[in-house]
This record gives sequence, C-alpha cells and structure tokens, in this order.
Amino acid sequence: MTNFLQKLFKNTTTRRGIGAVIIFVIIWHIGSQLDEWTGYDLLGIGLVPPPAHVFTAFLEVIPLHGYWMSWVASFSRVITGFLVAMLIGIPFGLLLAVNRYFRGVFFPPFEILRPIPPLAWVPASLIFWPTNEMSIAFVTFLGAFFTIVINVLGGARSIDISYLRAAQSMGASQFDLFWKIVLPGTLPSIFTGAAVGMGITWEVVLAAEMISGGGTQGGGGLGFFIWNSYMGGSLEQIVVGMISIGIAGYLSSSAIRKIGFHFMPWRRLF
Amino acid sequence: MKVKSMAKNTSKAEKKGALSIKNVTKIYDPTGVNVMAVDDCSMEIAGGEVCMIVGPSGCGKTTLLNGIAGFHSITEGSIHLDGELLCGPGKPKADQSAERMVVFQHGALFPWKTLQENVAYGPSVQKALSPAQALDKAGQMLAEAGLGNFLKKYPGEVSSGMARRAEIVRALINNPKVLLLDEPYRAMDALTKQIMHESLLETYDRTGVTIFFITHDLEEAIFLGDKVHIVTTRPCQLKKTVEVKIPRPRSYETQSSEKFRKLLAEVNDAVHEEAVKAFKAGERELA
Repeated sequence: MTNFLQKLFKNTTTRRGIGAVIIFVIIWHIGSQLDEWTGYDLLGIGLVPPPAHVFTAFLEVIPLHGYWMSWVASFSRVITGFLVAMLIGIPFGLLLAVNRYFRGVFFPPFEILRPIPPLAWVPASLIFWPTNEMSIAFVTFLGAFFTIVINVLGGARSIDISYLRAAQSMGASQFDLFWKIVLPGTLPSIFTGAAVGMGITWEVVLAAEMISGGGTQGGGGLGFFIWNSYMGGSLEQIVVGMISIGIAGYLSSSAIRKIGFHFMPWRRLF
Repeated sequence: MKVKSMAKNTSKAEKKGALSIKNVTKIYDPTGVNVMAVDDCSMEIAGGEVCMIVGPSGCGKTTLLNGIAGFHSITEGSIHLDGELLCGPGKPKADQSAERMVVFQHGALFPWKTLQENVAYGPSVQKALSPAQALDKAGQMLAEAGLGNFLKKYPGEVSSGMARRAEIVRALINNPKVLLLDEPYRAMDALTKQIMHESLLETYDRTGVTIFFITHDLEEAIFLGDKVHIVTTRPCQLKKTVEVKIPRPRSYETQSSEKFRKLLAEVNDAVHEEAVKAFKAGERELA
C-alpha cells in the first residue's frame, strides 16, 4: 500500500492533479471569506459555504447509512440505464450503419425522437411505467441511448473505405468484414459514445431523482439527497451532494476509460 | 547500399501478371453531370514488369487503378489479366481478388491489428492457412523485410516507412499477380523515400511480381520502372511511354548517371506540358 502511494506521488500527472485541486480549494476559500475580509461580496455571488464547513458536513454524513444508500441507489440506476442503452444502442447503431433498408425504416423515427430532451420524458414515463424506479431507469436509458447510437452510427459510417477494400481484396467474407473490420473500426466511437452517454446518464438520473422525489430517504439517490438538503436549508450538505456526484461521475468515466484501454490496446499510444 | 538480386532466368513472356488495358473509358455521373475521368486509354503491361504511371493530379490515374482492382466499374473498354477478362463488355466491374493487391495512398494497415496480425489477415480469412500458420508465415515475411523486431507493434507505433513496408508485405503474402500501388510514398521525406525505393526494388527482384505504380515523382518513376507511362490531364489518356533501359539491380548511384538524367529530362518535358494544361483547366473551372 505504501509502495502504491509512493508510486502515485512520484507520478507528475498525479501531483499536478492534486496541486490543482488544492489551488481550487484555496480560491474557493478566499471567495467564501471575501465578504468578511473586505466587506464586499464577489460580484454576483451571494452565500458560498467555506470549504472547511463543507468538509465538516462531509464528515457528518459519511457515517450515515442513508448517505451511502443514496450512492447505491443512484449508481444502480445509472448502471442499469447505461448498460441497457449500450446493449440496445450498439447493435442498433451498427445495423443502421451497415443496412440500408434498416436505416431507411428506423432512422427517421429515431431522428424525430432524438431531439426530445430526456427530461421531457419524465412526466410521461412517470405515468406510463408502473413504478417510480422503472420510470427513472427508462429516462436514464434514453439519456445514454441516443448519444450511443449516434456515435456508433457515425463511427461505423466513417471507417476508411480503404480498410474495407483492403479486407475484401484479401478475401474477407461479409462476416469477416463485420467482425474484424467494422466492429473494431467502430470501437473508438463506441467508447466515445459511452463516455458522453455516461455523463448524460448522471445528469438525467439526478434530475429525475429530484423530480420524482425518489421515495424514501435512502432510496432517493444523490439527486434526492441534494433536494432534501435544500428543503432542510443546509447549504453545506447541498455542496456535499454535488461533490459526491462529481466523484461518482469521475469514477464512472475512469471505469469506461479503463475498459476502453482493455478492448483497444492500439489506442494506448494516444 | 547495393540492392541484391536473385537472378531470374525466366523470360518476361512466361511470367504471370500481364495486364492488358484496352480502350478503357470511365465516366462518372454522380450528379447528372458527366465527368470523363478516363478516355479511351490503352496500355499493355507485360508480366513481371514495373509499370509507372505519371500524370497531373486528379487526371484519372487512380480511377484506372480502381478499375483494375475492382473497386469501381468501367464504362467502356476492357481489362484482361493473363488473357482472362477482369472487366469489359457485359461485366463492368472486376471482382476484387487477392491476385490484384492494392497498396493505398494513405496506407490501410488496420490500426487495431499488430503488424504481424495485419500481414496474417489475408491467408487466414482465405482459410489458406490456419491462423497460427498464417501468423508464423507473416512473422517470417516481415523479418525478411527487416521488420522482425516490430511484429507485435501496432501501425500507430511504427514510422510511416515501416508501416508502408509492412503493407507491401501484407499484399505480397497473398502471392498476387499484380501489385497496385497508388502513390505509396507520397508524403515521405527524400531520405525515407530512398530507403523505400531500395526496399521495393529488393522485393521486386526477389518476387518478380508485376507492379502498377502511380506516382507524381519523376525520379521515382525512372528509378523504379521498366516503363514510364505518361498520361494526359483529365480525361486520362496515354500520352507517351518512356522505356527505362537501365539494367537491374539498380542502386541509388543509378540516379546520378547520365542516362538517368536524360530520361528524366524526356519525361519531364512530356509531363510539364500536361501539368500546364491541367493547371489552366483548373483555372477555367474556378473562373
């Protein structure tokens, strides 16, 4: 463990990252104290809780079961919605890319539904789906789905035609072309879509949790945690909730990057 | 560096890979405006010949290559390989086949495969070899081309020169009759180019494969070719053929010989005229 930490701190990138966070916290602190020190607020900014208070609030919620249940609830919604979106979105996007007839039939309705913001689906899905949980999952799914499909479609369509020609000249069958050329050629776009989709998923989950109320304390998720803190008038706890989301999002996108590197060893060069 | 050659006693007439291009015309009609890319173009390329095609940019050279490779149809005329019809009346588009391998202008090694996997791709999808055998053979052939230390590298990890050499190996592993190269060394610096030329000549001396090579670089054309076909600006027609009677094996010293300079001047004259025409046509189109 110490070995790991040593390694971590020897890494310039890590050191820079930590330095940047510290500087940000210092600026935040100065911002929050400005009124006290000078008698003037920072233009346009009212109440900012100082980082120390937020830190204390963090320490207060960490032992709480409900706080961690919010994490679990939000994470499981994000993962469910995201995985279903990948599972349906990738084959759907690939089919749109490779099959003219499929594209002819499914692309127009897809394009009509795509501009509808996921949050606009919330009221309808609350009515349509039998449980709150299902409607949140559905809206989350929509958030990631359209982005993933558009990326997969774009990626597959922009594969260099030389690759396809070269493979065909060498005797590749349609099957080979799809599995050995189109799919690996689309992987970078699939992961771009996944990363962007993951971000949207978090946005949508949080908003959906706030709107739906999420039900009980623990089952409400991080969105409800923030909303609850707002209702309770705890500014520090609102910020705690926000930072929690930041960390959760960061963890999710790191996971996607890791998986991406695993599946695309040739992209490690970049 | 002297290029080694393994002398071949077989006469050119016996060799495979003779291309016969007869009265080929290609008209593109994407928007209802007919664009004639190739007009009544004929060439005879003997088996085992290195045939260099030189002409102004956008003159239809690549269109001709695409016709031979089977990427595009031709509108009129016919192309035969060793007497067999590739495309012609009743069959506008040639089948794509490993007997005519293309090395592309911008390089088309699959970025997601290592050099070795790239080279093994052909024999393994053709099921000519088991995947393991294909990898073995690919490793051997890459080693022969001086890339033995880079088998496990991805194309993005090696220099453009190495990538290009690997791509030629990927074509050759399929035992093609004809190698079609579309300005493969276009973006390379002069020194890398020199190494590429020597490597290609070495490959040619070893395999004797017919080479159809498109280029803008006149010195390259004369240094590598048996014949230099100068084609006109669009539509592409054969303007002049210059025979390069410089014996093989050739080395870089060849390029400073009197004979080489004379041929260069001859080719340059013919090309310059076309380049001026092409430029003026471009001005007219834009005006």
